[in-house]
Amino acid sequence: MRLPLADMYNTPDERNLLDTMKQGVIGKPLDRPEGPLKVSGTATYSAEWKIDGFVEGVLVLAGIPQGTVKTIHRDPVLAMPGVLAVLADEAMVRRSVQGTAGKAPVQDVHTVDYFAQPVALVVAETFEQARDAALALKVDYDDAQVPVAFDPESPDAEVEQPSDEEPVVGGDLDQAMREAAFSIDVEYHTPGHASAAMEPHATIAYWEDDHLILRGSYQMLAYNVKEIADCLSMPAKKVRIIAPYVGGGFGSKLGITHEAVAAAIAAKALDRPVRVVMTRQQVFQTVMRRSETRQRVRLATDAAGKIIGLGHEAHVSNLPGEDFAEPVTQATEFLYGGENRLLKVEVARICRMTAGSVRAPGEAVGMQVLEAAMDELAEAVGIDPVELRKRNLPGKVPVEGTPYSSRMLVEALEQGAAQFGWDKRKPAPCQTREGDWWIGMGVASAARVNMLTLAEARVTLKADGTALVESDQTDIGTGTYAILGQIAGEMLGLPISQVKVVLGDTSLPPGAGSGGSFGAISTGSAVMRACEAIREKLAKHMESDADELEIRDGMASFDGRERSLVELLDGKDIAEVGSIKPGKTLKDFSQASYGAFFAEVAVHAFTGEVRVRRMTGAFGFGRVLNAKTARSQCLGGMVWGIGSALTEELAFDTRDGHLVNHDLAEYHVPVHADVPALEVILLEERDAAASPLQAKGVGELGICGAAGAIANAVRNACGVRVRSFPLTLDKVLPHLPDPFASAA
Amino acid sequence: MVSSTAMAVVNGVANPLPADPRRTLLEWLREDLGLTGTKKGCDHGQCGACTVLVEGRRINSCLSLAQLHDGDEIETIEAIGTPDKLAPLQRAFVTHDGFQCGYCTPGQICSAKALMQELADGWASAQTEDLTARPSPTPEELRERMSGNICRCGAYSNIIAALEEVIAADADHQGTVA
Ligand code: FES
Ligand code: FES
Repeated sequence: MRLPLADMYNTPDERNLLDTMKQGVIGKPLDRPEGPLKVSGTATYSAEWKIDGFVEGVLVLAGIPQGTVKTIHRDPVLAMPGVLAVLADEAMVRRSVQGTAGKAPVQDVHTVDYFAQPVALVVAETFEQARDAALALKVDYDDAQVPVAFDPESPDAEVEQPSDEEPVVGGDLDQAMREAAFSIDVEYHTPGHASAAMEPHATIAYWEDDHLILRGSYQMLAYNVKEIADCLSMPAKKVRIIAPYVGGGFGSKLGITHEAVAAAIAAKALDRPVRVVMTRQQVFQTVMRRSETRQRVRLATDAAGKIIGLGHEAHVSNLPGEDFAEPVTQATEFLYGGENRLLKVEVARICRMTAGSVRAPGEAVGMQVLEAAMDELAEAVGIDPVELRKRNLPGKVPVEGTPYSSRMLVEALEQGAAQFGWDKRKPAPCQTREGDWWIGMGVASAARVNMLTLAEARVTLKADGTALVESDQTDIGTGTYAILGQIAGEMLGLPISQVKVVLGDTSLPPGAGSGGSFGAISTGSAVMRACEAIREKLAKHMESDADELEIRDGMASFDGRERSLVELLDGKDIAEVGSIKPGKTLKDFSQASYGAFFAEVAVHAFTGEVRVRRMTGAFGFGRVLNAKTARSQCLGGMVWGIGSALTEELAFDTRDGHLVNHDLAEYHVPVHADVPALEVILLEERDAAASPLQAKGVGELGICGAAGAIANAVRNACGVRVRSFPLTLDKVLPHLPDPFASAA
Repeated sequence: MVSSTAMAVVNGVANPLPADPRRTLLEWLREDLGLTGTKKGCDHGQCGACTVLVEGRRINSCLSLAQLHDGDEIETIEAIGTPDKLAPLQRAFVTHDGFQCGYCTPGQICSAKALMQELADGWASAQTEDLTARPSPTPEELRERMSGNICRCGAYSNIIAALEEVIAADADHQGTVA
């Protein structure tokens, strides 16, 4: 096996190799290869591995918001049937690890940082025994003496500028506001959100000599092994994580968290495999939350509706000492023009569980507010909101002056509008009434930054003419099994049935992991490069040039000569590791995926209930690697947009920071009845700066702005502008027009 | 204490019920019988991931104690079809991409199977206009009846498309194809 190809991505790869290949599988809407396992209940998730003799651990959560553990009354619990141990270890973690940290978070559960932080693990022979013992465990605490803030708006909360987020300042925003022909200055609020992945966090840990093996539900295994190792002060190469199927992540499984570390410690202490599965309530209470936000948006235009000033300032929160601050203004930096600008984020230090990445950190809440504000601006200027957006797309990123790698926003707005029937929208509110319902339409842009990250993958072209793709990359529902197979099949000229993809095991080359929409393009690029190396070898066998070697259905041809791969391989496998590292292209170009949302809502004239009736999303994210799974990513994002617009809200008790709605009965994610048949338009493009695949990320794009389109449709339907998400009945009802008055 | 002869038939095989009265039907299926196709998403009847068929009707197996099922006939996802021999509903989920992470999927499919029977039996839902007629499988009916099964990945549109296809193919003899 040779060394990885030169891997830093410094210049856009304009060869556009995938389009020159002959197999014709790339981009096709193929079924997921693991689909039959998932629909038959035979895909094995973390808690489901049959590990001989494992015992069950249940976490015990703190009943105070801050302080120290004084006494753990172990003995009565140890006397309960089946109980094996009560552990409260210095190495157990108080907080979840932030995505890509690759090191331990704050440890030692003798101190309590927030309400319901894990403080102990009870292990017993069966789940029921462990659960009952965990409930029975009595813990005495010393309350913290220092007063702490539980509410981000409290005057006691210390407010800081996040260390890694410099404000963007250009020109003079105040002056632009004064001189504007039209302007708005509005304050919006978004609540905290939970990832609420369907599979609760689960780990089975066991030791083989001094090696630790975890069957753990995580998104970024290459980082996760380092995090666990750091927690346990052991070398990362002695940790292996296996996670071929992950039941959703959405940010909550980026970094390792309480159950994994506790399971590893307990397995060591008991010399037996230990399984710890968090309860649904524990997931809500202890894993990353998306911060609530308060956002001030200022927009100033000239008489023609061209933006001359743009302000976007956000107030978010996190625990003291955490680097992460919800990057609310991330897409605002490059989306619209206006050289006079002020973009900044400040973080209030409060006592609630760790704030971190939840699907599309930054844009998910930043874009929905910016896009609602843009709708207000369109009203102020008196032009169509689609037109306002098209009028304000800069040639280069304001202030920085960086060029765009590609931007399909105009196409998305136009094609989305045509498909949706935007021309039927009546500009003034309260124009359409159907029975008891006001009907309205709204639009929003979509934007999400694109990132290429470090990734490796191994491809083996086997002597029998089949291919094997291997990486520790995870598939958290994103379609990774499908797309990596398609990339290899296209590059090596093999039908998809001849390509096998093995993922989610850290004994394989380290992929990018699933996060930030970068998994597909990063690990996919590594697969492509491994295939390029294989093609070079095949070309030598064929005495041809790799660029001109054509392979299709296992037959290689060059210059009129044709030979089967099996013949060329002559009994020998070719294995290559491909890799990619982010390089200059990330700095030289502003890279993002773009799109547009169109929503039609009905608002009940008497109750204020909002129903989404139709929704169309048009998206441009470079090459589409698999039209079926890409569409599903967009659909999923739009469903999250519906939740963010109408129902999702973490409710905290501001006296002690405890999460009140800590389950799926009280935290309302959209259900079938909330989601109409969503329409998705995929706009093909090629973006060489983004990746050698010419593809960009799509996993999060579908949420970035979606809730704004719904809020704007509510305004158009019934005239009510709600500046606080979600748009629950109580916020709409007091402002509704007289329900007995007929449509204006 | 459950009698030592208490049994339930799971996917055609009789099994003794567990001794621990706290053990839920879900826990019993997953841990004692190794039928991990049935998922635990919340353990509180809030998500539908644990849906199985008891005597042909869907229930949340996390909300039912195993010992209550003496003599019951239980069907789980494993009996609906296997990877090599998928049932039409399962096949339609694959074709329409009616899942992403796959964790809610067995519950969705069990629910859908029971739903088809409920329609065939003329059960009404909150969406049914005419309570005396056999309900027709409109998208609104299907969404209402599937709303006990949460999909956080948001595959809802595709799940309904999969159901519509299977129900349309089954128009003549409702409730038998799944
Ligand atoms: S696990 Fe039973 S309803 Fe969620
Ligand atoms: S497929 Fe992931 S929750 Fe439904």
